[in-house]
Amino acid sequence: MHIVVCIKQVPDTKNVRIDPDTHTLVRQGVESIINPFDMFAMEAALKCKDQSGARVTVITMGPPQACEALRDTLGLGADDAVLLSDRAFAGSDTWATATTLAAAIRKIGDVDMIVCGKQAVDGDTAQVGPEMAALLDIPYATFVKKIEMEPNGSLRVVRQTDEGVEVWKLRLPALVTVIKEIGDPRVPSLRHKMRAKKTQIPVWGVADLDLDPDRTGLCGSFTQVVHVFSPPRRSSRIQLEGSTENQAEQLFQYLKKSGIPGL
Amino acid sequence: MSAISIGENQIEISDDCSLCGICVDACEFGALSLPEVAKGPVEDLLSYRGVWVYAEWRQGKVHNVSHELLSVGRLLADKRGVELGAVLLGSNIDDEACRELISYGAEVVYVVDRPELGNFTDERYSKCVVELVNRKRPEILLAGATSIGRSFVPRVAALLRTGLTADCTHLDIGDDGLLLQTRPAFGGNVMATIICPNRRPQMATVRPKVMKPVKKEAQQGRIERMELPDGCFEARVEVLEVIEEQDQTAKLTEADVIVSGGRGLRNGDNFSIIAELAALLGGAVGASRGAVEDGWMAPSHQVGQTGRTVAPTLYMAVGISGAVQHLVGMQGSQVIVAVNKDPHAPIFDVATYGVVADLFEFIPAFVRRIKRERGV
Repeated sequence: MHIVVCIKQVPDTKNVRIDPDTHTLVRQGVESIINPFDMFAMEAALKCKDQSGARVTVITMGPPQACEALRDTLGLGADDAVLLSDRAFAGSDTWATATTLAAAIRKIGDVDMIVCGKQAVDGDTAQVGPEMAALLDIPYATFVKKIEMEPNGSLRVVRQTDEGVEVWKLRLPALVTVIKEIGDPRVPSLRHKMRAKKTQIPVWGVADLDLDPDRTGLCGSFTQVVHVFSPPRRSSRIQLEGSTENQAEQLFQYLKKSGIPGL
Repeated sequence: MSAISIGENQIEISDDCSLCGICVDACEFGALSLPEVAKGPVEDLLSYRGVWVYAEWRQGKVHNVSHELLSVGRLLADKRGVELGAVLLGSNIDDEACRELISYGAEVVYVVDRPELGNFTDERYSKCVVELVNRKRPEILLAGATSIGRSFVPRVAALLRTGLTADCTHLDIGDDGLLLQTRPAFGGNVMATIICPNRRPQMATVRPKVMKPVKKEAQQGRIERMELPDGCFEARVEVLEVIEEQDQTAKLTEADVIVSGGRGLRNGDNFSIIAELAALLGGAVGASRGAVEDGWMAPSHQVGQTGRTVAPTLYMAVGISGAVQHLVGMQGSQVIVAVNKDPHAPIFDVATYGVVADLFEFIPAFVRRIKRERGV
């Protein structure tokens, strides 16, 4: 059993702020973290490894410094890591990202399961996982909260929907995207961290993946950002005053006037 | 914009550039541009006409978001001077459901009615939509950013080799006839307008409850029941069980009203105060990460970055200070009420109505006021 986990480095949103003059995102000095949902993906893969001795490989597409994130996942217990890094990957939309990741999965070869986080917290698209599965022509399940290995080369998953939960059986190879309920990420162990220090992390570029540079990065993207701006400010807050009963009365009247259902 | 520096009479871009495009907008002289995105044959683009809405069929009825999408789709189709179509996949679909879609603006409803479509699966649903798109060639395809839409629509886009923009909150047609897709990123801290210039259809998922459904009683339309090849109904996924959440207070993404509690509640038992108010308003119960981590509420109730992202009509944050991770999960709500003892709590920055009070006094008083109105 070989599991590949796809991760992304994202700016730590705790520190993201908007420049009041240019209304753009200030990324300078903002620390990078592993996308929180990808930490759940790591946990899901490592749980499978605990149970069935699966091999876990972690991949990410990003700048050279993304190597740090990969080393952190080795510290958690992943066996191998590969960095996909090339100038030609810059500016990728979800399609171009999925194309690049799918090429890496093909190069790795014997992959039985791919685990991704539900979405990255910077872009919030939740598209790369399903697009990658489509490109690899494998089945997938999104918003998964529980994974069980079945003996006959299939996977039993519980997925969260807007209406409740669904239990699905997927034929392997397959891809899953996971949510928080899969389990809290473990902490790195000293043994794994020692090994992580010594592990070589190969870097693959366009040539290694046998990709046409015109099909990667911004040139290979179908969507294009034409305008970035600050969200309109919320109308200024109304602060309710007076006694508790008085405040309750005011709030009731305001909400009634706004046409809130149930009032 | 640390990747840009001025060299000897020219701008130098370092390897740190992520081609995000922010500098292009910011440059007053229009000196910067990005390389162009992938191109397709132009004559091919012109052969795509019409706006389509994927209508979501759940448990024998059409979900509200489809009506919202038809209303915005109607505006887009009128601006483009093209037909508005709806696509309805499921099993045992009656004509009444189709006529309802017509009453919200659809001129044609394409129906695929097969037992295999009774339960949602990404593979079958995406294959059916791809087949229909290849036959009819719409220029725009919209779907709700629900747990169904956000799951299978990326597969549709990938199979059609076209662009897709997730979770849009505003759509329009630009001067050049392209679909302008506006969406929040970084948890709503920035907005981006995105186009798909050289591929068709232009595809977007749209956040529920943002667009207003408009019924057009006089609207005329036709219903076309479509036969698709058997291959469209094959899947490598088997749906073993579908368990509907019986507890309405746990259906966060569907709720019009959410009352959320945080550490200000002091313990899990006190969540009963929140639950009573939520039940009174017919809403759901949310929780901050702190409340979930302390075991007061199940993780499925968590609102915020690693929990659910919600945008109800009314969001009440009770005893929640408002860490950024919480705010990004709820600041799209229409009306936000914050109840907190600390007047400096960051939750007040996003609130429509701020109540600085002891929640243990205020919430019961507010509950009494609602009950008095209802005469109970």
